Amino acid sequence: MVDNNMVDTNKFIVSHAPFWHDGSKISTRNYNIALAALPAILLGIIFYGMPAVGVISLSISSAIIWEFVFRRVTKRSNTIGDGSAAIIGMLFGMLLPATAPWWLVILGTFVAVVIGKQIYGGIGANPFNPVVVAIAILMISWKDLFDFNEALMNYDFDFAMVYPLAALKHFGVSAVDSFNAGDLLMGKQSGGIGSTFGLGLIAGGIYLIIRGIIRWEIALSFLAGVFITALIFNMTDSARYAGPVIHLFAGYTLIGAFFLATEDSSSPVNFIPMLIYGVGAGFLTVLIRNIGVYVDGVIFAILIMNLTSPLLDKIKPKAIGKAA
Amino acid sequence: MIKRSFIGLSKPRLEYGSLEDTPSFKQIPTSKEITLLSNSPFDKKKLLLKKKAVVKTGQKLLVYKESDEYVVSSVTGKVSSISSYIGDFGRSYTAIAIEVADDEEIDDEFKSAAGGSKDATLETVKNFLAFAPGNPPVKLFSDKNKSINTIVVCCADSDLLISTNQHVVKSDIDAIKNGISILKTATKINNIIMVASQSQMLKVSAIGEKVNQVNDTYPSALPHLIMKNILGKVVPAGKNPEDIGVCFISAEAVASIGNAFNSGQIPVTKIFTLVKKDGSKSLVSARIGTPASDIFKALNITLNENDRIIFGGPMTGSSVYSGDHPVQTDTDAIIVQDRDDIPVISDYPCTNCGDCVRVCPANIQVDMLVRLLEGGHYEEAADQYDLYSCIECGLCSYVCVSGMPIFQYIRSAKYELGRANTAEATNG
Repeated sequence: MVDNNMVDTNKFIVSHAPFWHDGSKISTRNYNIALAALPAILLGIIFYGMPAVGVISLSISSAIIWEFVFRRVTKRSNTIGDGSAAIIGMLFGMLLPATAPWWLVILGTFVAVVIGKQIYGGIGANPFNPVVVAIAILMISWKDLFDFNEALMNYDFDFAMVYPLAALKHFGVSAVDSFNAGDLLMGKQSGGIGSTFGLGLIAGGIYLIIRGIIRWEIALSFLAGVFITALIFNMTDSARYAGPVIHLFAGYTLIGAFFLATEDSSSPVNFIPMLIYGVGAGFLTVLIRNIGVYVDGVIFAILIMNLTSPLLDKIKPKAIGKAA
Repeated sequence: MIKRSFIGLSKPRLEYGSLEDTPSFKQIPTSKEITLLSNSPFDKKKLLLKKKAVVKTGQKLLVYKESDEYVVSSVTGKVSSISSYIGDFGRSYTAIAIEVADDEEIDDEFKSAAGGSKDATLETVKNFLAFAPGNPPVKLFSDKNKSINTIVVCCADSDLLISTNQHVVKSDIDAIKNGISILKTATKINNIIMVASQSQMLKVSAIGEKVNQVNDTYPSALPHLIMKNILGKVVPAGKNPEDIGVCFISAEAVASIGNAFNSGQIPVTKIFTLVKKDGSKSLVSARIGTPASDIFKALNITLNENDRIIFGGPMTGSSVYSGDHPVQTDTDAIIVQDRDDIPVISDYPCTNCGDCVRVCPANIQVDMLVRLLEGGHYEEAADQYDLYSCIECGLCSYVCVSGMPIFQYIRSAKYELGRANTAEATNG
């Protein structure tokens, strides 16, 4: 600069401020999500044994392979290292019954990774939670395979092997009288591999909230939405509509609150929008369960709220110095 | 480097360091050659200052014809070269290299012009002290378009790791006091507001001016936030405090003014923090214009390929591409980063995690803003997503999980928009 004759042997990195970074990484976030989901998966494996291991493993590995193949085919950089595909596979597996056939798993991860995420441009660009998209499509296409009572018929445990939401839908409130909150939280119900162990999911969720990986506003407002809506239904006609406990601890509610609704790209980031998003998803969940045709409403509720997310995020605080 | 804490629920707390963390005080001997950077863009035809001109310590050097832009020589010697230097965003400077002579002579032009502290005039301050350590914003006081009515003397340091102002407050409070009274006489502005950190409150209140306490977490001491939180005046988006009549001046600059009139000499040494690769800090005093390499030599710092040299703080400073980059009047820190400690900037897309939105002190919806900036939609970004509300603290990039250079996107967008607007104005 000053003296061109001077030989400056070292070349320095010249980049822009800030020169510090807090060290957070996408991969770290995703591996923490995997860690948080582990208790729920482990209990699923203890209950359902090797078939559950098979489904979860196949789901994770096929999701990673789909991502790898798609990025390869479209000549884009390899992104499997960020853990996003693995998380998609893991969560997808957690929602399936342990008896899900292999082709369903592989097809599902294809829908999740390729149709749910990659065709929009990959991580960060998906308008819907990829896992939820995949489950929604498969659930509509192969209804019977998602009938947990039928799918898990051959399992015999010391608790009533009944999918509470299906029982509720088909036989009314009296059919779920036998379920108490403690049993539900301990996973003593029929359901997806990783979606029945309520206590594990709550512990994982709290861990993620404390680490700042998921937004507590979404998770808690989702649960609040479910609770309040269920309570209102229950109060209007307790003979037809079950109380909030069943709605909170059965079906996909807890995994939805902590792992599905909170997916970064498809949920809002501002405070009020997060609350509306969460409460809205909770409200729709119970609405679909109570007066809709589907047994569980979490999947469709989250999809609908994903759709509203960009719109909701327009409700933003005023930036400083802005006149209007 | 401060990393994200295990508990990520709360916002990161980046605390301004105190002077106690920066113990040793090292005086750097005068270099063989120093370089002064003038803000005027290099223009060979209009050069007034000639090569081989003999200059004295503290001598005011007018650089160009038909311009009142000047530098103050920090040494006695001979001008050895005058060349162009291109800084950030293509900004052009004039670099004046001076070969230092063996014997030092002090220039007395300022002494005869200034007189005592009592007869300080705005003219003298403006004509001699613009190049003093701390960069006194002397031009603002006489700017007809600004009509400054309040002066904020900032005793806290605005970026992390920096302790220049703290040092001046601790060691030279009388000069600050003197500087304030000179400023009052010269500018006829009596509304002086002192801003100090908690630990400085006692010392600063002894000056007798109104003192306000600034929070000790970054970025509370940035001018826009001081305006909002302490003065209760929100600076409109895209404007600076001086646009609404408030002039910010650092304690160091005030002390420079005080010392100049007290001693009849324009101060020529700059105090700054040097941060070594291992993170240890030392306070250093060197002549303005001293090349960084001489400072590294004096402190036994070795630089390797791909290391990084930063002039200024870790959040708002700028990195330089030569080890010979000179200490300037506003260089509050020189940070050396080992190549292994340089955080990776990635081309990963935004995942919408919202960390930047939560950390932004200006309430900007950064996640949307950055999408528009990435696509080059600068005008839309300014209209809809508050580009101009950004107070340039750099926290968004600091917390970005994807490692995106968000702050740089914002700065280049502002730069490009500014360029487009200027082009529009000139072309009609």
